[in-house]
Amino acid sequence: MSVTDKIFEIIAEQAVLETSDVTMESTLEDLGIDSLGLVESIFAIEEEFDITVPFNANEPTNSDFDISSVSKIIEGVERLLKEQAG
Amino acid sequence: MKRVVITGAGTINALGHSVADTMTAMAEGRCGIGPLVFRDVERLSIQIGGQVRGFEADGRYNRQQMSLYDRFTQFTLAAAAEAIAQSGITFSGELAAKSGVVLGTAGGGVSTWDDNYRSVYEDGKNRVHPFVVPKLMNNAAASHVSMEYNLKGPSFTVSTACASSNHAMAQAFQMVRTGMAPAMVTGGSESMLCFGGVKAWEGLRVMSKDACRPFSANRNGMVQGEGAGIFVFEEYEHARARGAEILCEVAGFAMSSDATDIVMPSKNGAARAIAGALSDAQLNPEDVGYINAHGTGTAANDKTECAAVADVFGPHADKLMISSTKSMHGHLIGGTGAVELLACIMALRDGVIAPTIGYEEADPECALDVVPNEARDAKVNVVLSNAFAFGGMNAVLALRKV
Repeated sequence: MSVTDKIFEIIAEQAVLETSDVTMESTLEDLGIDSLGLVESIFAIEEEFDITVPFNANEPTNSDFDISSVSKIIEGVERLLKEQAG
Repeated sequence: MKRVVITGAGTINALGHSVADTMTAMAEGRCGIGPLVFRDVERLSIQIGGQVRGFEADGRYNRQQMSLYDRFTQFTLAAAAEAIAQSGITFSGELAAKSGVVLGTAGGGVSTWDDNYRSVYEDGKNRVHPFVVPKLMNNAAASHVSMEYNLKGPSFTVSTACASSNHAMAQAFQMVRTGMAPAMVTGGSESMLCFGGVKAWEGLRVMSKDACRPFSANRNGMVQGEGAGIFVFEEYEHARARGAEILCEVAGFAMSSDATDIVMPSKNGAARAIAGALSDAQLNPEDVGYINAHGTGTAANDKTECAAVADVFGPHADKLMISSTKSMHGHLIGGTGAVELLACIMALRDGVIAPTIGYEEADPECALDVVPNEARDAKVNVVLSNAFAFGGMNAVLALRKV
């Protein structure tokens, strides 16, 4: 399963939706994911990919990790996978 | 209804091992937050806190006591000794039978849990010390205070996360006010600064990696602290009759529950607690000169708290002072309201308002006089102390100069 597919799954599960309801352009807000859901999603991503995501709930838009859309999250995870490989 | 006064105060926290040292540090705007020192700290992403330093339990307590006293109990007993010595009160006879101890803590013996889980899970041991349970239980500290000072009346421990101490002191106040107890020992204690205690908080992603900057636009989260604050609450005539020094009066309190969200604060719940405390103390909003804020330094708390204060006080919100001393001693979680009560006493008795340090940038959502960075001399007659906990449980105390 690709990184994209896995992230779609994680986000859909958190939003209690089908993966087909999630698009690249969706924002977490569109999908009804609140601040607690966001923190849980990031935890799930870290566990799935064995990476550390730099994220502080006090400044979600100010972190090194862009969460403004599903595609941005995927880009961020792919970057972290490269940086944190090995 | 009887009047209730505070006749003794004691503390140990990152700013000092006594009330005098703590107040001096607050008046100087000193920061007690620094690098954490304990086993496995390098595995944490959050490595700062308001840790108590130079507290040697080994010389202070004997071997038998050490096997029963978790660090949160050690802090409590040290602070209780100071408070009861200052008060000069001796609990015997009828006074002892009616007086008790109500304390707050969120986690109780966290480092005892941590050490013993490590021992059985990580080290694979199959045997633990026989006193693990009496050492870690949340009421251990209250029980040891009762034994040490012969307090035989109503005694228990309150646990409402970050509001634990304020809920505990509100209970003690109510017991003295109604005549149920002539005096109560009260306050709270916390000691979560160990690997497991900080790791758990780290998970929430609300902790700052560099500093606690309440109300500042660039704030980025809370910083944990540890320690205890203990007080003697006493019926006014009882205190006067024995010539006790009165630090200030506890005038009223209110509690409320948001009934909305497990972590996000509610303006309405906070405002109801603040307004309720004023009403209980029969005070007008204009009487309040200073508020010791809950002021955690998280994005959510500080703006919600400021909005609640603005709602309750209207135009007077711009005239009162509100500061968060968590910027100096960190967030003592269940013990925080007790240590913060010291800033209230300092304001009423000494006319010194503790600052919010680390304040760098104005936030339009926190547009109140937060006493930035430097303490201020000001005469105030009434102060409030706010505590708003995870789980939406709020407790606000009102205090008055005597």
